[in-house]
Amino acid sequence: MTVPARPKTRFTELSARERAATLLDPGTFRELIGPFERLESPHLEPQGVVPACDDGVVVACGDLDGERAVVLAVEGLFQGGGIGEVSGAKIAGALELALRDAERGHPVRPVLLLETGGIRLQEANLGLLAIAEIHAAIVALRSHAPVVGVVAGTVGCFGGMAIAAGLCSHVVMTREGRLGLNGPQVIEQEAGVAELDSDDRRLVWEAIGGEQRVATGVADTLVADDVAAIAGAVRTAFEAGPPAEHLSAQVELYDARLAEMDASEPLDGPTLRALWRDEGGGR
Amino acid sequence: MSRGRIWFEALAGATPDGEPASVLCADGTVGGGRARFLAVVPDPEARFPRARGGELGLEEGWALARRVREAAAEDGDGDRRALVAVVDVPGQPYGYREELLGLHLALASAVDAYATARLAGHPVVALVVGQAISGAFLAHGMQANRILALANPGVAVQVMSKRSTARVTRRSVDELDEIAEEVPATAYDVASFARLGALHRLIDGVEADEPDESELETVREVLAEAISSARHDSSTDLSGRLASPEARQHRGASLRVRERLAEEWSG
Repeated sequence: MTVPARPKTRFTELSARERAATLLDPGTFRELIGPFERLESPHLEPQGVVPACDDGVVVACGDLDGERAVVLAVEGLFQGGGIGEVSGAKIAGALELALRDAERGHPVRPVLLLETGGIRLQEANLGLLAIAEIHAAIVALRSHAPVVGVVAGTVGCFGGMAIAAGLCSHVVMTREGRLGLNGPQVIEQEAGVAELDSDDRRLVWEAIGGEQRVATGVADTLVADDVAAIAGAVRTAFEAGPPAEHLSAQVELYDARLAEMDASEPLDGPTLRALWRDEGGGR
Repeated sequence: MSRGRIWFEALAGATPDGEPASVLCADGTVGGGRARFLAVVPDPEARFPRARGGELGLEEGWALARRVREAAAEDGDGDRRALVAVVDVPGQPYGYREELLGLHLALASAVDAYATARLAGHPVVALVVGQAISGAFLAHGMQANRILALANPGVAVQVMSKRSTARVTRRSVDELDEIAEEVPATAYDVASFARLGALHRLIDGVEADEPDESELETVREVLAEAISSARHDSSTDLSGRLASPEARQHRGASLRVRERLAEEWSG
């Protein structure tokens, strides 16, 4: 007896390429600098790391609800989604082209699928430069069209790319997704296990997990780990248009939020949620 | 006294005002034009203990954003003052509370403010006088349309402290130094960073800890030239970083990717 393969509906089970393809309107997926072009990182092999033929980023053009779109999907399984020279240039370069088109009156819907630990340490300052260019492009592009970020999991989104998520017009997360500057392991290593036990899943997700981030207004939409749900949330975000004020521009709100914190008192996720929830997340 | 404070006080020639004490901000002049100087410095009394050593944390990120936006709003459509980021930042704080309160968003707010000011026509110049590490440098310096650095042994540009990189990559500091000789992007010294082509000028022959009057004058002149060159540049983006001869040599893949994308973009 054969069991028919169940189509994968969990977004987090998909590769970056599959994620980009399921997000776009059916039949419109077209990859730029695909894997057969073998544009690999030139910096990994000399350091004893096997490169990937797409350097862990998929640039996919296509449509979203019939409108031109570009999906930039980071493959979390390759080097933890670390951003190197090639993968970073793929994201920055595609956003720069989207900006050029938008300035000429041909808007493109940009989507970032963020599964990344941030800068790839083996490429260090090349990653730093690329991420600064990604930031610059998001800020410039945002005034023409919303830039939508998705943090579905399972890697999460950290480092310079968490800053990129913070610049997005709209961030979609699942419960599994995590969003923060420093990853839990790095915090434990740098500040000690008393600061954070990175194996304590409850503690980690209560602070930086999707449910907490959306409840406190640090991200926008919480969705199930489901292909259709995420595709729907991304389309809804574009329909809604750019926010009246981007999160990263809400200086007064966060000045006030920080001012009322007692920095000497312990703080946990549920406590913060009670403090910040009533403000409606600022949006 | 931190290098950030030394250079801020010497260049701004004014007493910083406002809160928090870890973010210095004052208006002054460079080459006869108006400039707002900004620096992040250690504050042993800072409210958030993990950001007392000059780290760019929650309060620092949002405060930089506030001061940069304030200047942009005041200048409106008139003469836009230069924004000078004096960079000496050891990194970001590592803490549970910091993550809970959205540290990434605090850094994004500073990135947003600097980038928005640059796009609006403010010349944004970063002057690296000490450490320029990781997220802190992304938030305070990397969105400048001109980056300057002192060619000085204490000046370092990198994505993580050497100690931390060694722990994360499970390599010894000696091994990291060996790799850095092969891969300049992983080196800490500013001369290696300069090879990547993102610097407008590397300033030689200036003592970083105790600059004398003639050294200060040298730096003021370089600053004035950088501001003027940014003002006269028709573009307000960061594309100049990839147009340098150094970038053509050491960021070849960044250029190749962009060429291919442009060829394949419209199908």
